[in-house]
Amino acid sequence: MTAAMTAPVIELQAVSKRFTLHHQHGAQLQVLQDVNLRVAPGECVVLDGPSGQGKSTLLKLIYANYLASGGRILLTPPGGAALDLGQAEPRALVQMRRDTVGYVSQFLRVIPRVSALDVVAEPLMDAGHSQEDARAEAARWLARLRIPEHLWPLPPATFSGGEQQRVNIARNMIRPRPLLLLDEPTASLDAANTATVIELIREAVARGAAVIGIFHDRAVGDAVATRRVDMSAFRRAA
Amino acid sequence: MTTLPPVAATLPLLRVRQVAQRYGQRLVLQDASFDLWPGEVLAVVGESGSGKSTLLNALAARARPADGCVEFLGRDGVLRDVHGMSEAQQRLLARTDWGFVHQNPADGLRMDVSAGANVGERLMGLGERHYGRLRATAAEWLARVEIDPARIDDTPRTFSGGMRQRLQIARNLVTHPRLVFMDEPTSGLDVSVQARLLDLLRGLTQQMQLAVVIVTHDLAVARLLAHRMVVMQRGRIVETGLTDQVLDDPQHPYTQLLVSSVLQP
Repeated sequence: MTAAMTAPVIELQAVSKRFTLHHQHGAQLQVLQDVNLRVAPGECVVLDGPSGQGKSTLLKLIYANYLASGGRILLTPPGGAALDLGQAEPRALVQMRRDTVGYVSQFLRVIPRVSALDVVAEPLMDAGHSQEDARAEAARWLARLRIPEHLWPLPPATFSGGEQQRVNIARNMIRPRPLLLLDEPTASLDAANTATVIELIREAVARGAAVIGIFHDRAVGDAVATRRVDMSAFRRAA
Repeated sequence: MTTLPPVAATLPLLRVRQVAQRYGQRLVLQDASFDLWPGEVLAVVGESGSGKSTLLNALAARARPADGCVEFLGRDGVLRDVHGMSEAQQRLLARTDWGFVHQNPADGLRMDVSAGANVGERLMGLGERHYGRLRATAAEWLARVEIDPARIDDTPRTFSGGMRQRLQIARNLVTHPRLVFMDEPTSGLDVSVQARLLDLLRGLTQQMQLAVVIVTHDLAVARLLAHRMVVMQRGRIVETGLTDQVLDDPQHPYTQLLVSSVLQP
């Protein structure tokens, strides 16, 4: 079975994104135009192009953090019903984020007073795992990402940028969801941790996740990509 | 082929349709409509005078709206118009299935009775008379809201602002309500005290799967606590959506102004 023959987890049909700045004399910023993209289970699509091409915007649209200005975004978890993100009720989007889509953003949005261990364990507890099991799995992820054990009980607010980013990766990859969105997950990591993140992405793809990633480091993209997409194609009419 | 579980229930916990309110000739709230589902936290944001507290009072049956309908899903699975209920039915709802957390704790607490009695009162209203159990439950709830149970016999007058607010929360949650209304619960507190209260609220709403309508002018509070947001301006809902979508990609001119007027919501 090749990836191309499998039904896509995510499909973008003629998606566009335009920002209207009402307090800047109604200025319009056309960021994406006519994006068509299908990503199937077991595929890792790497988005290429210089900054300002709308790569992060594309991930935010798929995560429903941004609202598309045109086109359709359809999310279909394997064996599940398709969700049209532009039409879905907020509670369906909340459920989608819990069960279907993991999103590693560039920065960890810290939660005051919650320990690193529980920040990572939370998605598993939300999914119904016991606190004990979730914490045990979280410990495994933190150890693998080389977060020193004495930091686990502490809130990540005081951690270094690289440590926060690794906590962020663990939190958003710990639950094996069907779709994974990665926005520069290795930007502040050293070589050893970058290699670990490459392994984690390959493992996710091997278990059948669909992955869409942005990597500032071409070598990381090369190590994980099953397909590359040039973002300049989506800027023609912009 | 397996199918996804259906998105929770088929009926919302609270159904709000075309609610309007007047003060004299002035229309201060109009055409407010939305559904709230079990376990959802909804933030209502907007500046002073936008109608958000008026909306909250209409939802919680604290004021009868001039127009529109507010229905609450009973434990029997039936939606009922809360303004069509008798006062006795409304009072029962207010001390069992609902909670109301006021901005000023003194408005929601009895300041001259002990902390333990403040927490136990709603349980007694439900018929619990066993002193030992009441006291044990009160002590347990004080601990849950991070108040030293040794303070159980002290009155809230001797508490700090943050402790009073946590006590008010315990007093409301002790009966395991299904819906809690909160009116600016953090805004009277110092920033450091706010963070602790927010974190506590976040934990409790998750653990208890509470549905919450929280009125706040603080977008950071909405970001931390709420799944969804409603933005109000001059008595109207001008934008609704997922909290982070409304904050990160606001569509309405007023929401854009609101978001751009604060530092890093």
